[in-house]
Amino acid sequence: MSHDEKLDYMANQIGKFFAAQGEERAVPAIAEHLRKFWTPRMRATIVARLQSDAARLDPLPRRAVERLAAQGAAPDSATAAVP
Amino acid sequence: MALIKEIDYGTPASASSDVVTLTIDGQQVTVPAGTSIMHAAMQMGTQIPKLCATDSLNSFGSCRLCLVEIEGRPGTPASCTTPVAPGITVRTQTPRLAQLRRGVMELYISDHPLDCLTCAANGDCELQDMAGAVGLREVRYGYGGANHFAAAKDVSNPYFQFDPAKCIVCSRCVRACEEVQGTFALTIDGRGFASKVAAGAAEPFFESECVSCGACVQACPTATLIEKSVVATGQPEHSIVTTCAYCGVGCTFKAEMRGEEVVRMVPWKDGRANHGHSCVKGRFAWGYAMHRERILTPMVREKTTDPWRVTTWQEAIGRVADEFRRIQRQYGRDAIGGITSSRCTNEETYLVQKLVRAGFGNNNVDTCARVCHSPTGYGLNATFGTSAGTQDFDSIEDTDVVMIVGANPTDAHPVFGSRMKRRLRAGARLIVIDPRRIDLVRSPHVEAQYHLPLRPGSNVAVLNAMAHVIVTEGLVNEAFVRERCDLASFGAWAEFIAEPRNGPAEAEKASGVPAQTIIDAARLYATGGNAAIYYGLGVTEHSQGTTTVMAIANLAMATGNIGRRGVGVNPLRGQNNVQGSCDMGSFPHEFTGYRHVGDDAVRASFEAAWGRTLEQEPGLRIPNMLDEAVGGRFKGLYVQGEDILQSDPDTHHVAAGLAAMECVVVQDLFLNETANYAHVFLPGSTFLERDGTFTNAERRIQRIRRVMAPRAGMADWEVTIEIARAMGLAMDYRDPSEIMDEIARLTPTFAGVSFAKLDALGSVQWPCNETVPEGTPIMHTERFVRGAGQFMLTEYQPTDERSTRRFPLLLTTGRILSQYNVGAQTRRTNNVLWHEEDRLEIHPADAEARGVRSGDWVRLSSRAGETTLRAQVTDRVAPGVVYTTFHHPMTQANVVTTEFSDWATNCPEYKVTAVQVTPSNGPTEWQTRYEEQARQSRRILAEAAD
Ligand code: SF4
Ligand code: SF4
Ligand code: SF4
Ligand code: FES
Repeated sequence: MSHDEKLDYMANQIGKFFAAQGEERAVPAIAEHLRKFWTPRMRATIVARLQSDAARLDPLPRRAVERLAAQGAAPDSATAAVP
Repeated sequence: MALIKEIDYGTPASASSDVVTLTIDGQQVTVPAGTSIMHAAMQMGTQIPKLCATDSLNSFGSCRLCLVEIEGRPGTPASCTTPVAPGITVRTQTPRLAQLRRGVMELYISDHPLDCLTCAANGDCELQDMAGAVGLREVRYGYGGANHFAAAKDVSNPYFQFDPAKCIVCSRCVRACEEVQGTFALTIDGRGFASKVAAGAAEPFFESECVSCGACVQACPTATLIEKSVVATGQPEHSIVTTCAYCGVGCTFKAEMRGEEVVRMVPWKDGRANHGHSCVKGRFAWGYAMHRERILTPMVREKTTDPWRVTTWQEAIGRVADEFRRIQRQYGRDAIGGITSSRCTNEETYLVQKLVRAGFGNNNVDTCARVCHSPTGYGLNATFGTSAGTQDFDSIEDTDVVMIVGANPTDAHPVFGSRMKRRLRAGARLIVIDPRRIDLVRSPHVEAQYHLPLRPGSNVAVLNAMAHVIVTEGLVNEAFVRERCDLASFGAWAEFIAEPRNGPAEAEKASGVPAQTIIDAARLYATGGNAAIYYGLGVTEHSQGTTTVMAIANLAMATGNIGRRGVGVNPLRGQNNVQGSCDMGSFPHEFTGYRHVGDDAVRASFEAAWGRTLEQEPGLRIPNMLDEAVGGRFKGLYVQGEDILQSDPDTHHVAAGLAAMECVVVQDLFLNETANYAHVFLPGSTFLERDGTFTNAERRIQRIRRVMAPRAGMADWEVTIEIARAMGLAMDYRDPSEIMDEIARLTPTFAGVSFAKLDALGSVQWPCNETVPEGTPIMHTERFVRGAGQFMLTEYQPTDERSTRRFPLLLTTGRILSQYNVGAQTRRTNNVLWHEEDRLEIHPADAEARGVRSGDWVRLSSRAGETTLRAQVTDRVAPGVVYTTFHHPMTQANVVTTEFSDWATNCPEYKVTAVQVTPSNGPTEWQTRYEEQARQSRRILAEAAD
C-alpha cells in the first residue's frame, strides 16, 4: 500500500467501526475521530483524495471527509466528547 | 543506611473483624480473632522462638520450638498453630519451656555442620539465632551419629544453590513453592531421618518444574537454599527499597548492597503490589546492569555505515541539538519527533514529551504503548471515561469468577499470576479466552472451568456472543444499568447485541469455539458472583483491539461487575511503566492525564508553565512517523529506551523509515537493533542508577531509588534536560522530585502526588488529589469518571489478514516467563539458560503434514517477509495456529508481522498474521544479511575521546 492508500484504508477501517451507529451519528463521529487523532497533513491528504480517488473511500468515511473538507479540515472543538 | 529487616510475625495476619483480648507474659493484648498466639506475641514485641513458621506461610507446627504454656490447659501447645482465645493467659518463657526448646535445638544441631564461621548465611541464619535464643550451650548427643553432612550440593540453578547438608526439613521451602508461588515443584521425600527436600521427581532444581521465583530461598531459615551472589559476595550491609523495572506488576524490592555493589534483590514484604513475592526476572535478572556490552560513553557517526566514534557528552548533545535544528530549518518544524519509553520513569517520560512539545514545537511524540495498550486508552476512555484498570491487585481476594482474555499471567505477570492461582485454589472459578492453552488452563490444583480457544482475530465475535447470551437470557443487572449507565446507549446496545448475527452460533463459525461453551461461559460470568476480567495484549494487538476493549467494558457494565472490590476490568500491562508513560502525555494528541492538545484551557495551563506557545493539532504516531520518513518529510528522531526496530511490526518498513532519516538519536543501555540506524548514541542508565517513579498496572505510583551512581555519568532525565537546554529550552530541575512536583501542578489526577508522600505511604494509586489524598484503589465506585457508563456498539469485523492457500496458518505471538520483551536485558543474564532462542509452537497435525519434528529448523513466511527458527511440536496451540515469542533479535519475528493495525489507535495487529511454515536448513538471506549489517554497524573505533 502506498502512503495515501494507507490513509484510505485507515479511514475505511474507522468507518466500519462507526457504521453500526447508523449514518446520522457515524458521519460526524468519523469526522471527529479524524480531527482528534490525525495530523493536519494526514487530514489534508485525505481531503485531497476526494478529488483524485474518492472511490477508494467507503460511503460513510467519504461523507465524513467531505465534512472535514467543508470545515476546512481544521478542528472545530477538540474538547468534544470522545466518540 | 542500614539493612532493612522486616518483622516476621510467624503466621499470617487474621482478616477477622472480631477481636479477642488475652494476656501474654502478664501483658494484655487485643488482636483479631483467629490470630495465632505467636503472631499476637510478636505484635507486642515478644518473639517466641520458631523455625518452621514464617508469616508468609500458613502455620505448620513441625519444629516444636514455639511451645508455650496456657493457664488451665494441659501440655505445651505450639504457639504457631494455636489461635488466641478470649481471656486466656499465656506464658512464653518458663523453665520447662526453656528446657524443652533446648532439647529440640540440640537435636537439630547434632545433625548440622558446625561451619558457621565460613557459612554464607553467617549473620542471616535463623538456626543460629534460635540456638542463641534458647541458650544452647552443649549438644549432649555429640556429632558422631548418623547425619547428612556428606549430601551433595545442587548448584544447577544459575542463581541459587541447595545444600542439603544444612537442611533442617522445616518444609518452609515446600510450602512457599505451594502457597506463595503455586508451582508445587518441591516435596519432602521419605520419612523420619531419611526425609529430605526434593525438587520435581528428585531432579536437579534446574531440570524440575521450578520457575526460579526465589520464594523458597527467601523462606529458608538456614543456608540450605541461598543466593549464589551471597555465597560469592558475602552478606549485604545496607538496603534500599526500589521497584522492579521489568513488568507491569511493579514488585518492590530491597536492593541489598555492599557499598555500590548489589548483593541481592529481595522482594519487600510491605510492597503493596507483590506483598513480598517476586519472579525470576526481578529477583535475579539484574546482572545486565553490569554487563560488559553496556555502552558507557556517548558515541557519534556521520553515516550509519560508519563505525561509531566515542565522544564527550558535550559533543554528542551539541550534535543532537544542531542536527535537529538544522533539520527543522531545512524540512520544517514537523520533521522531527521523539519516542518515550515504558521502561523509563514518569519523570523521564514527562521530560521527553515536554522537550518535543515545547522544545521541538510540535506534537510528534509517541510511546511504545502505541504497540501494546493504546486501544485500552481509547476503549476505556470511551466507555468509563479514563484510561486505566479499575482495581488494585488485592481486589482479586474477593473475586468469584476470574475471566482472562488474551493474557498469560503466569508467564508475563508472574507475581500476579501466582496471586491469581492462590485465589483459584481457594475456590474462585476461571474462564480463559485465548487461542493457546496457557498454563492456567491446567496447572497443579488449578483448572479452568471453560477454555475458549478461539481463532486469532475473533475476540469481538466471542465477547459479543457472551453479551448476547446475557441480554437474551435476562442476565443483565438492570438495577446497576439504570443507576449507573447511560440508558440510551444501553438501549441501543441491547438491541444491537440481541440480533442473531451476534449470537453464539455465528460466533462459533467465526471463532471455532463451540456455541455451548460460549453460552456456559457467559452464564458463569454473569451469575457466578463477583466477576473480574483481566486482559492482555491478546486483546489489544488486533485490528479490532479497541473494539474488543469496549466489548469487555460493555460486559462488565451490563452485569454490574464494576465499581467495587472483586470485580472490574483490568488491563495487564506488559512493561513496568506502560501505565505511567501513557499517563505522562506520551501520545501525540494528549497532555498528561489524557487531556487533548486541542483543549484550549488545558493547553493554556501548559503554555503558562512552560513559557512557550504550544501546537493545538495532534502530532504523528510512530507508524505515521515511519510512513512520513519513507515519504521524505520526517528526518530526525529521539528514541529514549526503546528498540522500535525489533519491537515494532513489519521490520522491513521500520528499517526503511529509519534509514530515510538524517539524525536518529538512540538513548539506551546497549547498542540495540534500532541503534544500527542511529547517528548519535547516548548511554542510558539502569533503574539501579536513578531516582524517579513507575506506575504499575493498578495505577500504583512507586519510587525507584538510586542505589549506585549512573555508570555513564548522567541519568536519563539529566540527558533530556541537556538536550532541551542545548535547543534553547530551559529545564531547571535539581532532582526528579521537582519534575513530579510540576506534573502534580499541571495534572488534576496527580495533584496530590509528591516524592515526600510516596516516601511516607510507600505508594499511592492515582487519582490522588485533594478529595482522595491517599489515592484511589478502586475506580468508578460512585459514578464513572465520564458520568454515566457508555455502552458502545461493537460490530465484529473479521480482520483483513486471513489465511489463504499460500499462507494457511495463523501466527500469534507472546512472551515467556524468563525473558522480557525484546530481551535486551534478560538476554544478558543467566535467564537465557531457560530460553536460548525463540521457538515456533506448531500443532502435531500441522507439523506432520509438513514433515516437521520438534527441534527442526523451519521457515516462517508471510506476505511481509520470512525468517527461520526452530519448531516445537505441541498441542498447546490449536490446529491452524502457530505461536512464537519475540525475545531474540536474530529470529526477527516481526519480519513477518504485517502493517495491519487497530482502527482507532494503529496499535499493530501482532496477534494475527497469515503464514506458511516449511522445513528449512538455515537462516534466511535477510537474517544473514541483517546479522552482517548489525555486526558492521556496531563497530566502535578503537581510539577513545579525551
Ligand atoms: S524457586 Fe520458586 S518455583 Fe522454584 S522451587 Fe523455589 S519456590 Fe518453587
Ligand atoms: S531447604 Fe530450608 S526451608 Fe527447605 S526444609 Fe530445608 S531448611 Fe527448611
Ligand atoms: S518482572 Fe514483574 S512479576 Fe517479576 S519481579 Fe518484576 S515486577 Fe514482579
Ligand atoms: S514454629 Fe511453631 S512448630 Fe515450628
